[in-house]
Amino acid sequence: MSLSVFYGVLCGVFLALLILVLRLVTVLRAVTDCKPGKKGSVCVLVVAGSGGHTTEIIRLMESLSQVYTPRHYVIADTDKMSEDKIRAFESSKVKGDSPAQFTVHRIPRSREVRQSWSSSVLSTLYALLYSVPLVFRLRPDMVLCNGPGTCIPLCAATLLLGILGLKRVLLVYVESICRVESLSLSGKILYHFADYFFVQWQPLQTRYPKSVYIGRIV
Amino acid sequence: MNTSTMNSVFVTVGSTCFDDLIASMTSDEVVKALVDRGYTDVVLQVGRGSFVPDPQSCPGLRLEAFRFKESIAENIQLADLIISHAGAGSCLEALGAGKPLLVVVNDKLMDNHQVELAKQLQADSHLLYCTCSTLSQTLRDMDLSTLRPFLRGQPQKFASFMDKAVGLV
Repeated sequence: MSLSVFYGVLCGVFLALLILVLRLVTVLRAVTDCKPGKKGSVCVLVVAGSGGHTTEIIRLMESLSQVYTPRHYVIADTDKMSEDKIRAFESSKVKGDSPAQFTVHRIPRSREVRQSWSSSVLSTLYALLYSVPLVFRLRPDMVLCNGPGTCIPLCAATLLLGILGLKRVLLVYVESICRVESLSLSGKILYHFADYFFVQWQPLQTRYPKSVYIGRIV
Repeated sequence: MNTSTMNSVFVTVGSTCFDDLIASMTSDEVVKALVDRGYTDVVLQVGRGSFVPDPQSCPGLRLEAFRFKESIAENIQLADLIISHAGAGSCLEALGAGKPLLVVVNDKLMDNHQVELAKQLQADSHLLYCTCSTLSQTLRDMDLSTLRPFLRGQPQKFASFMDKAVGLV
């Protein structure tokens, strides 16, 4: 009796996983239908990693017009400097008395520099527990990230939004200018899930044909 | 051609900890190499390093050291040579200011991806790179006149692409 229950449960789990995978594939294919700009504004969730990652993402954000609003920046809880850089950048954008259209949020850091790979999986899962409610609340039109570990749980949460049929979020990944011949770990993972995957050097575009290469953009 | 008698070097490690570089900068061989090339002043930005050298650490050179500043743009502008860790932000800031740049790669980092960028930019003659162990030799042998200007990246291309992608145009 208990054996047939066991097989029943196993089939159920297998079926659920199959449905999730099929949903993921369907969602990933739907990029051309996803045009959030048509409604007049694009809400962006910006993942700001530490150090140079933040500098690069701010250079990208500087180029985007005011249509990309509101902007929700997400940083790791142990990051002390990115918030200052973000606030300095945003205050330079404000014209006259218009209220600032941005927020800053913190989630647990997925991985510290030199942290072992195995413990990184655990800390990333922990970050996911924070990312899912945050992303489900913000419902961005687009996620912009450039490689810090912080982006993995956030991108996973936005994929989940799509899989559950709640919202199709555009996933835009810009690999750091540091990456000339090889992708970062986040890049290797998100290459398969991003809607637009930018690389900044020709050799990478050749190795990763689905990527977008339009020269150096930071 | 810089005819001033004040030749200054600005050393930056960005937001990282790079004790080996800071220690190398205060070592006898490096100090001698700098003095022999006519440098008179050194400013060390040590970031999260475990120690901040005191101003007496480089006899023969005027030394200033600090951890962080809101902006190092002024330090970069005043420098005649920039010695930097291989972080992209620091490199781009130095190259963007048109200053000669010597990048020191930290070979203790886990997967040293930073060396890829340094190699490419050296191949394109925008900077020179070395490690802490080859720093003094590089300072002795380097020919900064071979360096070529670095053109800034174009984020506006990213913006145009994204405007089309999201359906704004």
